[in-house]
Amino acid sequence: MALLQISEPGQSPDPHQRRLAVGIDLGTTHSLVAAVRHGVAECLPDAEGRVLLPSVVRYLPGGGRQIGWAALEGAAQDAENTIASAKRLMGRGLADVAHAGKLPYTLVDKPGMVAVRTVQGEKSPVEVSAEILATLRQRAEDSLGDDLYGAVITVPAYFDDAQRQATKDAAQLAGLNVLRLINEPTAAAIAYGLDNASEGIYAVFDLGGGTFDVSILRLTQGVFEVIATGGDSALGGDDYDQALADWLLQRSGRTAGAAAERAALKTAARAIKEALSTTESVAVGAFWEPAGAGFDVQRSDFEAATAQLTGRCVATVRQVLRDARLRPDEVQGVVMVGGATRMPQIRQAVAGLFGREPLTNLNPDEVVALGAAISANQLAGNDAAGDLLLLDVIPLSLGIETMGGLVERIVPRNQTIPTAMAQDFTTYKDGQTALALHVVQGERDLVQDCRSLARFELRGIPPMAAGAARIRVTFTVDADGLLHVGAREQISGVEAQIDVKPSYGLADDDIARMLQESFTTAEADVAARALVEARVEADRMLLATQSALEADGALLAPQERADIDALMLSLRAIAANSEDAAAIEAATKALAQGTEAFAAARMNASIQKALSGKNVSTL
Amino acid sequence: MNLQSTDFELFGLPPRFALDAGALDVRWKELQRQVHPDKFAAQGAAAQRVAMQWSARINEAYRRLKSPLQRAAYLCELNGAPIDAENNTAMPPAFLMQQMELREALDDAASADDLEQIASQSASLQRDMLSKIEQQTDAEQAWPAAAQSVRALMFLDRLAADIDRRRDALD
Repeated sequence: MALLQISEPGQSPDPHQRRLAVGIDLGTTHSLVAAVRHGVAECLPDAEGRVLLPSVVRYLPGGGRQIGWAALEGAAQDAENTIASAKRLMGRGLADVAHAGKLPYTLVDKPGMVAVRTVQGEKSPVEVSAEILATLRQRAEDSLGDDLYGAVITVPAYFDDAQRQATKDAAQLAGLNVLRLINEPTAAAIAYGLDNASEGIYAVFDLGGGTFDVSILRLTQGVFEVIATGGDSALGGDDYDQALADWLLQRSGRTAGAAAERAALKTAARAIKEALSTTESVAVGAFWEPAGAGFDVQRSDFEAATAQLTGRCVATVRQVLRDARLRPDEVQGVVMVGGATRMPQIRQAVAGLFGREPLTNLNPDEVVALGAAISANQLAGNDAAGDLLLLDVIPLSLGIETMGGLVERIVPRNQTIPTAMAQDFTTYKDGQTALALHVVQGERDLVQDCRSLARFELRGIPPMAAGAARIRVTFTVDADGLLHVGAREQISGVEAQIDVKPSYGLADDDIARMLQESFTTAEADVAARALVEARVEADRMLLATQSALEADGALLAPQERADIDALMLSLRAIAANSEDAAAIEAATKALAQGTEAFAAARMNASIQKALSGKNVSTL
Repeated sequence: MNLQSTDFELFGLPPRFALDAGALDVRWKELQRQVHPDKFAAQGAAAQRVAMQWSARINEAYRRLKSPLQRAAYLCELNGAPIDAENNTAMPPAFLMQQMELREALDDAASADDLEQIASQSASLQRDMLSKIEQQTDAEQAWPAAAQSVRALMFLDRLAADIDRRRDALD
């Protein structure tokens, strides 16, 4: 919805109106929600005082569901219908999921994204994540006492386009207005940097339940500039649990059993791993009871069983340092994030690599959500004095397929976003009116080794002789790390139509259907609420347009002004007289569309003014 | 100022090759503070789109100005001497000879010490070429000659990148 309130950068349009905005860390094993209250970021607890919500959803036979702790308790007896670690499935096909056979639930290969078979039918990981997000949204609204204006959701820095889009779709399903997706290590750096008033170069080592990220940032006066990032979106504490579980099986001479047994073994492995963080030796029998389990695990056994995983972490850190063109001793501090960084072998490996002890003074479980909350508060316009600026990078290169299955790179990894790159294409046949493009993401030279993002079909190219058309395709990566593609034939100026076929992710009508299904309220309630919301939105749009016209009406030609006036008149009449929410929404949308060019012109004028003002002052 | 302004105009800098890298970084962050889409998060889709265009344009200009090679190429282009490296491959024989020798040495390098020796040779050639370019652009405004030096610098940069790759492989 195009709102037209343009104010000075960094200032809230209405200083008296506080907007409730939260940060959400949607994690593999657990999730948190945090908000800035009385100037301080804090994680919001549930009714029992717990801030962590296990990222687990259990679908019950009758149609109900359990989320969080209740679902976790049911995991052992109903493993098939209890979905944990859904984050690892986001934006993924069946072939992408390692250890699919070791999961306690059953995966179904679906076009676009894998799904989980449950007693309530097939569930997309997006729907599962939406349940978790909706639970946190409810928790936040209960704690803060009002509806949320929006949320910042964190994603692993190394998430690709499909994984980011899937996260955004889940938020939409949960009824959240996404202010921004921010990268988990960047969020941690915000919480850490602002807390410690740090300046200089910092590394964030983030080993979560299922994902691993390393980011190197330069912190200067509220600017968080990511220099390089890297990671593995399929490496985390979960894998340490699995490796230990495999070791326990082998050591006990048993074989993996049914789903419930596998779930019990995994739970035991996790508990043993946690115990080994503080003691050198653990008696297996205290956690896992089948015959043959009467032995002890030494910390050194665990370290040996997971040495290959730790080695992958270390290799990634080295690569990121190389990308940043920095030596380990140039990094002033290493911030540890994620519960899995409690493992002593991780702390030792990191200390050895950087030649200094890592910083662990912030709770590694909470730091990401806290940083996200600070960012959300500022994005919502509540913190006029805040001058936080995040300059993040794209984690994986974007390329297009060329002849012979080769990749031509268009945006290299670690480039600061937002970024736009243009590439010119031409036709190879006389009269050709369409062109197909295949966009991939990854560092390898062959298309088959990269991840397919989408196939774009450009249509409506004016017919010309072969090689005469100049089609400029613009690839824009926004601040969330999401790709947008536009195309224009340069000679005729014709805008090509683009049909996008994403390789992974949900189609728009899938999302619409899931939204429909998620409405559990009685229909009459829904209709009444929709009407109220539509009227509020119409009023807001009218007010914003009115004040924009008063401020900058001079930017409009008389005809443009008349068109906008007519749209306002029509919306006013419909909002006052109609009982039909859809009609009011349509009129609001018409006004939004009719004022879009005006909004863009105002924005441009405002930016030009700001930039030239700066120039004069610096000269 | 608009989206079509030159990189130098956007950053309020004189169109010269010599440049204060620290000041460029500071200016980049100042500009992003004005235009970054996050500054307009609460102001609707149209404002977001325009801010994203500006922000991406500022990042593009920053990347080009920050890289000596790209900055030199851009200056030559602005002054009517495009680099056009694909169609303009003629290089002095002595330069090509030197490049071939260095490449052979790189192929034969067996130890980290060998590699460091080639790296320091390559770095010194890059430095020399950059001061030559500064002379040709800022002092002499000899644009076609500067463009030729930029093409030579492209060879040197590729060599340096290959040396880096070999170093990484040794790590």
